[in-house]
Amino acid sequence: MNLEFVGGILLGSLHAMVPITLSASGEVIGESAGLFNIGLEGIILVSAMTGALGAEAGGPAVGLMVGLGTGFVIGLIFGGVCTYLKGVQLIAGVGINLFAAGMVAFWLIHLGVPGHHAVAAENQLVNISTPYGAFSPMILVAIALPVFIYILLFRTKLGLKIRAVGENPQAADVAGIKIHLLRLLATAAGASLAGLAGAYLSIDWLGSVTKEISAGRGFIALATVVFSGLNPLLVLLGGFIFGFFDNLAVWVATMPAVQKVIPWQFIAMAPYAVTLLVVTGVIGRTKFPAAIGTPYQRE
Amino acid sequence: MRFPAGIDELAKTIIAGVSGFAVGAVIIKLYGYDPIAAYRALFNGAFGDLYSFSESLANATPLILTALTFAIGFRGGMFNIGAEGQLYLGALAAVAVSFFHLPSAVSFALSLICAVLAGALWSLPAAILKAARGVHEVISTIMLNWISQFLCFYLIAEILVDPRRAEKTISVVESARLPLLVPGTSLSYGIFISLFAAIIVYLLLWRTVIGFDIRATGYNPLAAAYAGIEKWKIILFVFITGGLTAGLAGAVHVMGRPPVYAIYGGMPSIKGLGFEGLAVAMIGRNHPIGIIFAAIFFGGLLAGGRMMQLLATVPLELVRVVEGMVVLFLAIPELVKLFSWLRKIGTPLIFRSKRS
Repeated sequence: MNLEFVGGILLGSLHAMVPITLSASGEVIGESAGLFNIGLEGIILVSAMTGALGAEAGGPAVGLMVGLGTGFVIGLIFGGVCTYLKGVQLIAGVGINLFAAGMVAFWLIHLGVPGHHAVAAENQLVNISTPYGAFSPMILVAIALPVFIYILLFRTKLGLKIRAVGENPQAADVAGIKIHLLRLLATAAGASLAGLAGAYLSIDWLGSVTKEISAGRGFIALATVVFSGLNPLLVLLGGFIFGFFDNLAVWVATMPAVQKVIPWQFIAMAPYAVTLLVVTGVIGRTKFPAAIGTPYQRE
Repeated sequence: MRFPAGIDELAKTIIAGVSGFAVGAVIIKLYGYDPIAAYRALFNGAFGDLYSFSESLANATPLILTALTFAIGFRGGMFNIGAEGQLYLGALAAVAVSFFHLPSAVSFALSLICAVLAGALWSLPAAILKAARGVHEVISTIMLNWISQFLCFYLIAEILVDPRRAEKTISVVESARLPLLVPGTSLSYGIFISLFAAIIVYLLLWRTVIGFDIRATGYNPLAAAYAGIEKWKIILFVFITGGLTAGLAGAVHVMGRPPVYAIYGGMPSIKGLGFEGLAVAMIGRNHPIGIIFAAIFFGGLLAGGRMMQLLATVPLELVRVVEGMVVLFLAIPELVKLFSWLRKIGTPLIFRSKRS
């Protein structure tokens, strides 16, 4: 064990953490306001695609913005259905996921090579180089963002309002807060961070778009939110735990000594199994908003 | 005038369906294809002749079963999306029986039984975690789906691999295959297994005490608990029954689908059948009879999608885009009302724009 080795593991884990932490801390905003968006997976997928196309059109910064915007637009659709139109959140989320899976596969075929679209190196986000390997500036964003969201939710008036519409929309309504509008904006803001995560996957970390690029990360983000009990700071920790195991799987799979003992398929299961175990372990002590998952209806 | 509930549901499904196709048409147009030619090819490929219709029914066969998995859960107030992972293991269990050279009389029944049990077994962790620890089933079933996928990748590559063709598993022995219903197509007698299962689930939910308890729990969990219905029993029953049908879906697919009667590495032929079942259940309004029609409709889209790809060069995946939009529209409870309201405000708008 030397420093370089530890540095490499740490960097790998941080890179794998970014998409989970970004989308999970966004989802914390949405869930605080009472909307449970299982369409995160689909949002990450579509944004990976649009982000890559944006980067090819105008460089990596544009790509990230396009990813963010894509998440925001899908979040508005989801939010609109689930607030003003009183839609069933889980069903709307499934619809988004199905749409995304079809849309991205369709788009990739349309672009020429079925199932895969590489982003040229000059269109990828420039990474900061260190003695232990390059690291993405998005890592810094992913670490700063949960802190920012923590302050927003627990130290500002707006945060109080967001939590109020999730906890007791009737009382918030009486207090003059526009329930539907605030919920819509909260979930769209959250979804835009999932969009950013998608763009990060395609134009930074992985450097290409595949039709399974999200690989369950949206759902792992949802599990991380459960783990965090809607505390953005714990999202950071949960994201890192997942990132560590995700990275471990990739790293171990390349080591012949390990491959002989444990088949790669079992290592690939690790992130999902760990997520399941962690969620099982912490559940019960977490408290969620009273009105989560239910559309608000004036009596 | 008030319509009976069924009519309203049907109207809603039709509006959602038409809206989904409309969005699909816009996307086809945006990408520079011809929507009319595409949809014509799609519907001819789905229901145009006996061959097409047989293929549609063959596609519907496993979808009916995975949709039942979701519908049983939904009626009990649970969002069980574990059919995907349970289906993989069901399919592999059916193949695994052919690994042992059993007398032909038992191998058919044993394949079905093992598949069903494998599906039920894989549904247990999510059920136990929900009943004992309150873990939300959306999260547990999704994680279990991924774990199942890698477990199956391992089993396909290392245990059940065909010694002569390493890219696939051994084939199901001939005595354990479901005979073809229409020769020259993919349609096997498996469709009757699916239809039979749908009827059983209907009777279970609407004609038995446990079925009543499930629906009561889904409709009003507090009232159900007050009436003495034990939630944990309902959770276990719902998940295990769902696991049985999902496992069966894997079996009818691998035992009834020519030509290889085997599973390739990466599982291209069975991947997604669980998630598509979810959409089928929603389009079928989570009712076994509705599910049969929704599955045939969706099986038709898949069959027709191939024709669309061939004749109109529109990629097959568009079918799933349409499906996703239909589900999104179905999430809106008052779609019918919304539609008539849009027409009311839309008519004067169009009228005015024409005059000016």
